[in-house]
Amino acid sequence: MSKDGAFGFLTTRLAELVNWGRKNSLWPLPYGTSCCGIELMSALCSDYDISRFGAEVVRFSPRQSDLLIVAGIINTKMAPVLKTIYDQMSDPKFVMSVGACASSGGIFNVYSVLQGIDTVIPVDVYVPGCPPSAEGILHALLRLQVMVSRGDTHSQKRIIGSRKSHTLIDQIRV
Amino acid sequence: MDIRKQVLTNYGDWFTRFGDIWKTQLLQLGQRFVTEIELIRTPPVDATDVPIIFVKKNALLSILLFLKEEPGFCYDFLSDITATDEENEPRFEVVYNLFSTTKFNRIRIKTRVKDGEDVQSAVDIWPAANWAEREIFDMFGIKFLGHPDLRRILMDERFQGHPLRKDYPLRGYQIFTEPEPVNAELLDSGARK
Amino acid sequence: MANAVHDPDDIWDDARSIINIGPTHPAMHGALRMVAKLNGETIERSYCEFGFTHRAKEKLGENRTYHQFIVYTDRLNYCSSLANNVTYAMAVERLMGLEIPERAIWIRMICAEVARVIDHLICIGINAVDLGAFSYFLYGYHQREEAYTFIEKLCGARLTTSFVRIGGLIYNAPEGWEREVEAWVKRTREVVDEMDRLLTDNKIWRKRTVEVAIFNREDCIKYSFTGPNARAAGLDIDLRRDQPCMFYKELEFDVPTAQNGDVFDRYIVRLEEIRQSLNIILQCLNRIKPGTVWCEDKRVRIPDKDVVYNTMEGLIHHFKFFMTGFDVPEGEAYTQFEAVNGELGFYIVSKGHPRAHRMRIRGPSVYHFQGLSKMVEGEKIADMVAALGSINVIAGEIDR
Repeated sequence: MSKDGAFGFLTTRLAELVNWGRKNSLWPLPYGTSCCGIELMSALCSDYDISRFGAEVVRFSPRQSDLLIVAGIINTKMAPVLKTIYDQMSDPKFVMSVGACASSGGIFNVYSVLQGIDTVIPVDVYVPGCPPSAEGILHALLRLQVMVSRGDTHSQKRIIGSRKSHTLIDQIRV
Repeated sequence: MDIRKQVLTNYGDWFTRFGDIWKTQLLQLGQRFVTEIELIRTPPVDATDVPIIFVKKNALLSILLFLKEEPGFCYDFLSDITATDEENEPRFEVVYNLFSTTKFNRIRIKTRVKDGEDVQSAVDIWPAANWAEREIFDMFGIKFLGHPDLRRILMDERFQGHPLRKDYPLRGYQIFTEPEPVNAELLDSGARK
Repeated sequence: MANAVHDPDDIWDDARSIINIGPTHPAMHGALRMVAKLNGETIERSYCEFGFTHRAKEKLGENRTYHQFIVYTDRLNYCSSLANNVTYAMAVERLMGLEIPERAIWIRMICAEVARVIDHLICIGINAVDLGAFSYFLYGYHQREEAYTFIEKLCGARLTTSFVRIGGLIYNAPEGWEREVEAWVKRTREVVDEMDRLLTDNKIWRKRTVEVAIFNREDCIKYSFTGPNARAAGLDIDLRRDQPCMFYKELEFDVPTAQNGDVFDRYIVRLEEIRQSLNIILQCLNRIKPGTVWCEDKRVRIPDKDVVYNTMEGLIHHFKFFMTGFDVPEGEAYTQFEAVNGELGFYIVSKGHPRAHRMRIRGPSVYHFQGLSKMVEGEKIADMVAALGSINVIAGEIDR
């Protein structure tokens, strides 16, 4: 650490390396509830292969994954379950909201539908469409990768913001 | 032009196929259940696709059982149970759509229910009625006597109100913060499924 | 288990574990929940819950015009949206007494059968994935992606098509579409034969699916099972043959049935149904002739854009259509169609307004999911996964 508190050349490169590794090996949790879940399946299958971008290891447990892909409708009965799943994931965690229903309630502005999952969890990327094409999901994944490498996601900003000390290990963790 | 026009590519041949069967069946029903049947509507005179029989609430199960088991009728398959909110007195109509697996014809039974009144449950005749009646209870608030497990099915169990009633707003949101708990007592041997 | 000797000193003797499967679970297709009481690995009792994707379509049916509701119908059984659209359009046309052009009916039949094929491919594919055969799914899924290509050429969307309109179809099939469908049918036939060779005589598959989760014919009638699940148990009812609509009477096709009603039978019935549907598609393609695809009744026909922009009457017609909608005459009808999972029914009560008084959707998967608790009583937990995959519950249809 230099006299004014800034970090040197080597530690910044280390943080970049860590972020590069992180973005190219996102482990998705496919939280597919309805129609967008089928397009998510299309993105995961061999035609629009998502494993080209590193997100091949699909884990159905929140403890083992870091990218929560919410594809489909979330209604008021499911919202607490979604929050529980999100809380169980460990930092840094990223959320992609696929489709109009997850982003804003979509065509269903009714008594049982949550008008956007960002009312319960922070979302990093929104994918518009009803359902979005599988290419849209891949495009969103690439945008998310750019955000991860820059440290722009909610989770990464929260880690930096909550930091009280500026030790070496904390800087690398971003 | 309305449903009374028979369009052949859209089930328009039902009246030619089943018209006579329906006529004899309705005659027999009318003779057997004189006091219990309130009204009968038949195609193509009335604006419906199958004969509708309005029955009194207390005779509902006996008529359903008769339709299921009597040799000339054999409506052994329950297609659907639903309800409508008519907004006049009596408020609700519970609708039973029946199908015959041998003759392939259909019939509809309706019973009028006031707000707050109960209807007998058809679970003993068709176990398929179980969840359909739970859904009617959830959406309209009509209770079914003799139902083994009458609780909400589509909505959260903490939800207040009955959404498909005409006075419930389309956007009447109710938010819950905790997930629904597991009702382990439903798995005990005392409670029927 | 009932004859086991009780050991009073064993504290775990009568212990049962209650496990909660779902709503977020890979084996529960969509958001469904099952709570099971286990004795070791055997399921003694269980109850199922749904409603996690409830989108209030029946309430929306009362608040949207008949034309606006078409969009919501695709999201019922979202693996086969075209079949739902066709059923809904038939239901409203019945209330209005409309006759639609012949070409529209043939294209509707092709769409319904294509939807049936692609949904069955997903269903048996996912069933195989749950039991460990992952690459089997990819063969079938590739054919589904190929089908998406020509469906997109026809109606602009891959999955939620919203293609059928009341009174016909919105677009005519483009040039060369029929040849593409024919090529796809021929290729899918080969793929289905390949899939058949992979799994049907496979010892592991047979051991996991034969005699598992049996649901016999009497239970099917009592629990209102329809479609391939009922035909696998011997209940030989197919609404396309027994209650024919459109031009199904003029076509020749077989209705596959099986005897036992176990998971293997449901798989083999669906595989055969794919072949029969491909057959139907080819027959329709031979019979189809050029023509219009939307009937000219002013109540349902949206005027073309050049008429709207250049004539006053067209503009007013367009305005009235989209702002208030047109009245559907008073009446009620319960219209059903042999959709992919069984009898999909729309019970519409109209009081003469542009919006329905009651729009009831009878989704076949509700009744199938109801039978699951009875089906898995006494089976192992692993067999529950096989059973759930075989009955093809789609959460959109259950929750509406």
